[in-house]
Amino acid sequence: MAQGVTARVVTALGSPPAGDEALRQKAIDAASTVVDPEIPVLTIADLGVLRDVTVEGGHVRVDITPTYSGCPAMNMIAVEIDIALSKAGIEDKEIRTVLAPAWTTDWMSEDGRRKLREYGIAPPQPGSGRRALFGKDVVTCPRCGSKETHLLAEFGSTSCKALWRCESCREPFDYFKCH
Amino acid sequence: MATTSIRVSETPLVLYALRRADDALVMGHRLSEWCGHAPALEEDMALANIGLDLLGQARSLYGYAAEVEAAGNDEDDYAYLRDAPQYRNLLLAELPNGDFARTILRQFFYAAFTDLYWRAVMKSSDATLAAIAAKSEKESAYHLRHSAEWVIRLGDGTEESHRRAADAVAYLWPYTGEMFEADAAEQELIATGAVVDPAALRESWDKTVSDILAEATLEKPAYGWMQKGGRTGRHSEHLGHLLAVMQSVQRAYPGATW
Repeated sequence: MAQGVTARVVTALGSPPAGDEALRQKAIDAASTVVDPEIPVLTIADLGVLRDVTVEGGHVRVDITPTYSGCPAMNMIAVEIDIALSKAGIEDKEIRTVLAPAWTTDWMSEDGRRKLREYGIAPPQPGSGRRALFGKDVVTCPRCGSKETHLLAEFGSTSCKALWRCESCREPFDYFKCH
Repeated sequence: MATTSIRVSETPLVLYALRRADDALVMGHRLSEWCGHAPALEEDMALANIGLDLLGQARSLYGYAAEVEAAGNDEDDYAYLRDAPQYRNLLLAELPNGDFARTILRQFFYAAFTDLYWRAVMKSSDATLAAIAAKSEKESAYHLRHSAEWVIRLGDGTEESHRRAADAVAYLWPYTGEMFEADAAEQELIATGAVVDPAALRESWDKTVSDILAEATLEKPAYGWMQKGGRTGRHSEHLGHLLAVMQSVQRAYPGATW
């Protein structure tokens, strides 16, 4: 799981009562096991979709943020978190969608990028400014590592992906778009 | 008992959110009509994906309208339980798809606007609108790039594609003026810094459009009389047909869920 999320969540609230702290860690561990239904090698912590976990008087609140506005996986992810928390014995819970700050592919962990590549999806280029959106992308083939690749279709199998092809190994592959 | 229509208290902020949400929903629905009919598989996926982005933007905006109105209406109520005169979208958004050239030109004119618009609203004093804008502007940028590339390919393509693209420009042009309108309710929000004055974006929009049309060897029409009415619920006959399809399940089985 992404160390960043755990570290941030743990330090965010100072030192709460010991019971809440244990409960929050349990909730973080449970929520962090949830994977993106479209890209099952990535957890929502890898993706940066899991934003925060807070506990107040035994009530657990998990904040998630959408990747793309229309991402249909968000409802599924919320349901999966709910189930994961229930399995961990947490019943007093709420899953909240937050919009600010807006998600960016820069939040994807290094570990997440590596997992994507191994899964056959070229990870997004870091630095998601408008230059990255409109600059000439050089996308490395996740299969053979060649940089001789080109765009086949800007809108791919899901809202977050484009379809590319490698000129060296001739394989088509998905590219996780900068956002 | 399930209801079949709702009333909305349109305070300036609710009205504002509904107008932008309706633009995105209606435009997104039009794009969904292409599903399975686009000229190539990649284009089928592109139009569906763009439609999905717009649907997502609409959901965020409806959600915010619901929160501000605080009258018990939710995003589904706004989408499924308002009739055409209660819709506040641009006339441009509801125009029928026509041929591929017309759909692409409609998308281009709209995306060239929203790309500028959402980028400007990111600086809003309203944190929720700023957050919605921050997501929408990146999506709009992709939509603009995609549609602009097609405009160039069609305009500077074959005699047939050029003719169709030119027809689309002529047909759609009178509907582009409405994007830059802001009535008294919206001026109130503009004064507080919550939203931006769309009129201030006209020059940049004109530059983008002029550049792309020139590259596409298409003539940009002169600014003349412009159609409007969508923002106040005076729609073309096309919206009613669109809603009849989109709302059919809720009309036939009020309150249905699955």
